[in-house]
Amino acid sequence: MGRIVLDKVSKRFGDVEVIPPLDLTIEDGEFAVFVGPSGCGKSTLLRLIAGLEDVSGGNIAIDGSDATMVPPAKRGLAMVFQSYALYPHMSVRKNIAFPLKMAKMDQAEIDRRVANAASVLNLADYIDRRPGQLSGGQRQRVAIGRAIVREPAAFLFDEPLSNLDAALRVGMRLEISELHERLKTTMVYVTHDQVEAMTMADKIVVLRAGNIEQVGSPLELYHTPRNVFVAGFIGSPKMNLIDGAEAAKHDAHIIGVRPEHIDVTPSGGIWSGKVGVAEHLGSDTFFHVHDTGLAETITVRAPGEVSFRHGDAIHLTPRADAIHRFDAQGLRIA
Amino acid sequence: MATQHSRSAARLMMAPAVILLLGWMLVPLMMTLWFSFRKYLPLRGGDQGFVGFDNFVRFITSSAFWPSVQTTLVIVGGVLLITIVLGVLLAILLDQPMWGQGVVRILVIAPFFVMPTVSALVWKNMFMDPVNGLFAHLWKAFGAEPIVWLSDASLFSIILIVSWQWLPFATLILLTAIQSLDSEQLEAAEMDGAPVFSRFVYIVLPHLSRAITIVILIQTIFLLSVFAEIFVTTGGAFGTRTLTYLIYQRVLESQNVGLGSAGGVYAIILANIVAAFLMRIVGKNLDA
Ligand SMILES: Nc1ncnc2c1ncn2[C@@H]1O[C@H](COP(=O)(O)OP(=O)(O)OP(=O)(O)O)[C@@H](O)[C@H]1O
Ligand SMILES: [Mg+2]
Repeated sequence: MGRIVLDKVSKRFGDVEVIPPLDLTIEDGEFAVFVGPSGCGKSTLLRLIAGLEDVSGGNIAIDGSDATMVPPAKRGLAMVFQSYALYPHMSVRKNIAFPLKMAKMDQAEIDRRVANAASVLNLADYIDRRPGQLSGGQRQRVAIGRAIVREPAAFLFDEPLSNLDAALRVGMRLEISELHERLKTTMVYVTHDQVEAMTMADKIVVLRAGNIEQVGSPLELYHTPRNVFVAGFIGSPKMNLIDGAEAAKHDAHIIGVRPEHIDVTPSGGIWSGKVGVAEHLGSDTFFHVHDTGLAETITVRAPGEVSFRHGDAIHLTPRADAIHRFDAQGLRIA
Repeated sequence: MATQHSRSAARLMMAPAVILLLGWMLVPLMMTLWFSFRKYLPLRGGDQGFVGFDNFVRFITSSAFWPSVQTTLVIVGGVLLITIVLGVLLAILLDQPMWGQGVVRILVIAPFFVMPTVSALVWKNMFMDPVNGLFAHLWKAFGAEPIVWLSDASLFSIILIVSWQWLPFATLILLTAIQSLDSEQLEAAEMDGAPVFSRFVYIVLPHLSRAITIVILIQTIFLLSVFAEIFVTTGGAFGTRTLTYLIYQRVLESQNVGLGSAGGVYAIILANIVAAFLMRIVGKNLDA
């Protein structure tokens, strides 16, 4: 169905190499998420897969056959754009029917598929409206509808939720995951929101400057980040990275401790410091602890309500089994 | 601008402009209406009093009237067709990244800055002259008999000259419209399997419809009163007498102000009929 294999794929814009040669396999039915900082080449990689950009080197295979030179329309992939890219002068119905019309499908089949997509995505109420008369979330659904009617080998999403407000984003995130469960089609999803990455992905691909830093399941990346970059990038709030004497105690160049793996006590901990900003969320409390002598700030996440105030002395104890150790090259020490 | 005081101050300050504009429009209109009901022959007895609808009846029953309406509409329609078709194509061409884009764009826009009289004279003498014109040389180079453009293909020649002048305007407006097209829409269509021509028909053209509407409306207003190009080329002969030109002839060549004014009133009515039609046809595009 939709196995995508990138073999030494690279991309240059003029003299700038945006993506150095890179290998990646996305299995059939997998939900793969590309994450990475802005400008690292996520969209470019997705557009290479889609065929909207030509590769500068290497091969792309879809379902075992070489698709490197195949035009976008013939690759059997559907893409959902960040701006939705709906056709503004067509009704929702016509938007969704457009790819089928271009495929010269007969009208009865088109109607059947459009009706089906409309019911799956709850579009029926505004099927005859134009995109301009829809809310952001509704437009997003139409864009997804336009993608699913083609029954593609794989879906490509480029930051589809970044224009939506927080509440809607959570809802749509669930809907897309639900859709993936139902269709079992390969999905490639670009985002810079790591909550999206962690919750939706079967496989996360962490990119930095066009290089793949690590590929793995969300929990693999969380528990065993391959290097300092991945360690700092995955997880929210960010992992505390500590170098110097404290790291040397653990035979490492840098050690990392996640905020949720540090216990707080009024006295008697391994580290001590002064509470800076305390963020009380009800379910959790985040402390930004200063003057520890380890790093500028140590972020700590304590469950529930903990009554430390700004300026209080605080003692911290990292859990011994949750300390990540990295060597001088920033690679993980097993 | 919300208080009573500032609003009345604003009104006071706008008043001169409004009065000037109204005067500019109303005085000639009123005078035209006034003269159209009078027998007024400046060189043959001057103003000879009211004659009722006499001028209107004479103008419309003259054998030159209906052909002139037809000529006017043919010129307007022909120029609109040429400028919009070529304008869309040129706009698409100019939107492509290419070497020397800036210079090419300025060159394309240049004809708009040439005065109609001048451009018509240049066309007449440099291109369309049956003996020395460039076209004549071109035809002769292929061994063909040169065409006497301004008498044998007079209407077409005028349409050509006027189109050349208005093409930059259409191109400019359409180019800015094309540049505002979201490239992701084209990419989405490409992924949806639409080949180049379908993308043009389903994405680019609908996107341009509003700009095309504006070009049609603005050009029609100006094209209905084309005059200089006819005056310096055919002088209204060979079936190029438009309504405007006919009015000019009645007033200045026949020295009949009353008759010409009646023609002017007909011209106003024609312009309004055309405008109403256009609004009906394309107005939908503007509020969508
Ligand atoms: N058409 C282009 N010409 C030249 N450089 C480009 C082009 N498209 C992208 N780039 C460059 O390639 C790099 C990667 O861009 P890309 O859009 O893939 O980043 P991204 O990871 O999607 O970032 P974001 O999260 O901000 O969307 C950037 O440095 C960008 O400047
Ligand atoms: Mg991007």
